[in-house]
Amino acid sequence: MKHDETAGMAHPLEDLVRMDRIPHIWCPGCGIGSVFTSCLTAVKQTNIPYNQFTMVSGIGCSGRGAGYINIDSFHTTHGRAIPFASGIKMARPDLNVIVFSGDGDLFAIGGNHFIHAARRNMDLTVICVNNLTYGMTGGQVAATTPFKARSSTTALGNPDTPFNLPLLAYASGATYVARWTMLHARDLADCIQEAILRRGFSFIEVLSPCPINYGRRNREKTLETLKKYHDNTIVKNGASPTELEVDFNKGVILGKFIDIEKPTCDEVYRRMYRPPEETTENRKSR
Amino acid sequence: MKPQVLTGEHFINGDEACAEGAIAAGCRFFGGYPITPATEVAEQMSVRLPHVGGTFIQMEDEIAAMTSILGAAWTGIKTMTATSGPGFSLMMETVGLAIVTETPCVVVNVQRAGPSTGLPTQGAQGDMMQVRWGSHGDYEVIALAPSSPQEMFDLTITAFNLSEKYRTPVFIMSDEIVGHMSEKVVIPEARKIRTVSRVKPAGRKDRFKPYQPGLLGVAPMPAIGDGYNVHVTGLTHDEKGYPVMSVDTQKEMMDRLLGKIRNNLDDIILTEDYRLEDADVVLVSYGVSARTAYTAVEEAREMGLRVGLLRLITVWPFPEQRIRELAKRVKAFITVEINMGQISREVERCAGTVPGFTAGHHGGAVVPPDDVLKIAKEVLA
Ligand SMILES: Cc1ncc(C[n+]2csc(CCOP(=O)(O)OP(=O)(O)O)c2C)c(N)n1
Ligand code: SF4
Repeated sequence: MKHDETAGMAHPLEDLVRMDRIPHIWCPGCGIGSVFTSCLTAVKQTNIPYNQFTMVSGIGCSGRGAGYINIDSFHTTHGRAIPFASGIKMARPDLNVIVFSGDGDLFAIGGNHFIHAARRNMDLTVICVNNLTYGMTGGQVAATTPFKARSSTTALGNPDTPFNLPLLAYASGATYVARWTMLHARDLADCIQEAILRRGFSFIEVLSPCPINYGRRNREKTLETLKKYHDNTIVKNGASPTELEVDFNKGVILGKFIDIEKPTCDEVYRRMYRPPEETTENRKSR
Repeated sequence: MKPQVLTGEHFINGDEACAEGAIAAGCRFFGGYPITPATEVAEQMSVRLPHVGGTFIQMEDEIAAMTSILGAAWTGIKTMTATSGPGFSLMMETVGLAIVTETPCVVVNVQRAGPSTGLPTQGAQGDMMQVRWGSHGDYEVIALAPSSPQEMFDLTITAFNLSEKYRTPVFIMSDEIVGHMSEKVVIPEARKIRTVSRVKPAGRKDRFKPYQPGLLGVAPMPAIGDGYNVHVTGLTHDEKGYPVMSVDTQKEMMDRLLGKIRNNLDDIILTEDYRLEDADVVLVSYGVSARTAYTAVEEAREMGLRVGLLRLITVWPFPEQRIRELAKRVKAFITVEINMGQISREVERCAGTVPGFTAGHHGGAVVPPDDVLKIAKEVLA
């Protein structure tokens, strides 16, 4: 078939998308695509050559991200994106390593890896699509599901308290912590760009709707979720991580909360362990 | 700076010899987690790697350790981890990821007696079926069993060479006894050590397929950043690496994964014969148990019994053909191993009508040669 020339200019992110894998698997009304687009926009905005990036995902609807970006990308096992990414980073510290995954993946099954990578200040950009549930498996309760919210395994409401993810990240040692919603596409892209360009463990939580498996069960239409993202959020950079629980009745705080400079895991390893004649820093200073 | 290969004669234990073998083979990344009796491999790697431009990292658990070596392997380098039973169990899901993504790496299991925490400081060979079948799904593995510290050095190099050649994880199935035993280990000159590195792709980057079989049925493997823009997934995938949820693609992928091992058995399988020419009874053994079996052969011969030994250096893929051939002319097989009958099942499966026996042990010590002799005497009575 002849290419449709009337379609005008190619999509600005076309060179970063595996067009041969489109259509993607995400449901209509799902927020993951928007988060992904902001992520690609950020990669593009950095002006860094694409082969200096890699993306690693775990398993889940969000975990499919790595499958659609047209760079070297890895769709690993459930919960293990961070240790896979850490292996890459420690072996090739010059690469920009982005982890793109879901809240279940990163904070339930993968929670241990998250806190340790944050503690070490592993130089990764970790983007967590937080849809408050396990989307891919049909909407079971997650470590992020609000108290009393319904899920397929908590028909009478979630009896447990969810994580405050930015607080967890900060307490674990993350040196950059931010939160946006998928609706704040511009802020989110700029935030991801900033995270990529800095060194250290950067964590960005992105609130995003799962209308099919969370919204429906909690009697919330996609548009209502988006309205909450718009009306019931407050941008407050530098807010204390202790005040960041997700409660739309009180208002959910967005922004950049933490941005600290600290040597990264790979830098400290090189400095302390590699013989002096080998480190480039030393070579330069001589 | 220390040399990469510590040429010379050393008196070191099996774990240390394994680490030196890895360095000599070109391993430049180790992700680990401490566990008796494998800890010394990690400790030695932590000291040695930074001096050869490599990286050691102690991860938060064995799942992370195993996963980190896969990520590092995709940067184009040789990687390894080492563990024992409990850690090996935790690694199993990631072993499947290594197999299906065709990621070369070496996994060392210095076996201790199980199940569960078992006897942490005492040897066994109870994970021989776990290494074969422990991850879910159907697949082939390559597993080697060193019988001495010298072989911990030599076979670690062989393991890296096979993993690079076949783009697959290769297992060193050692045990506490060999791991902690100190013996003379001769490390040759660097130029006399044969090392193999994965084939890199060439040609048009936009047409490259990371799973299109090349030589020996193995696809060339690019590194991150080479510009091939590969996608790597644990989902069933086509030659391009893209997920395709179909029975046909599953078959194609499985044929490729199984084929690259099954079609190259002669290249992969290493065995050693001892006094087999005229043997009536064949002892089949591997790892530390082969030392017991060797003694049993000597003692049997002194008594005038025609007993020989087939030592499996490669345990998986199992040398089926060899057992079938031997079965045509021998009276019995006795498998000597520190478990209650794992590899003996394989031997018996291939032995046809020739009877097979197990000289086994519950774990924690070697099989006494007398146990082997007793069976041999009964068989030949
Ligand atoms: C070891 C393992 N356990 C369970 C699963 C099943 N599983 C697949 S995705 C998923 C949850 C994903 O949730 P999340 O990370 O929040 O991503 P989402 O689908 O919501 O984007 C689970 C439990 C699996 N693939 N592997
Ligand atoms: S199930 Fe939910 S998270 Fe998954 S694609 Fe559909 S809407 Fe998105």
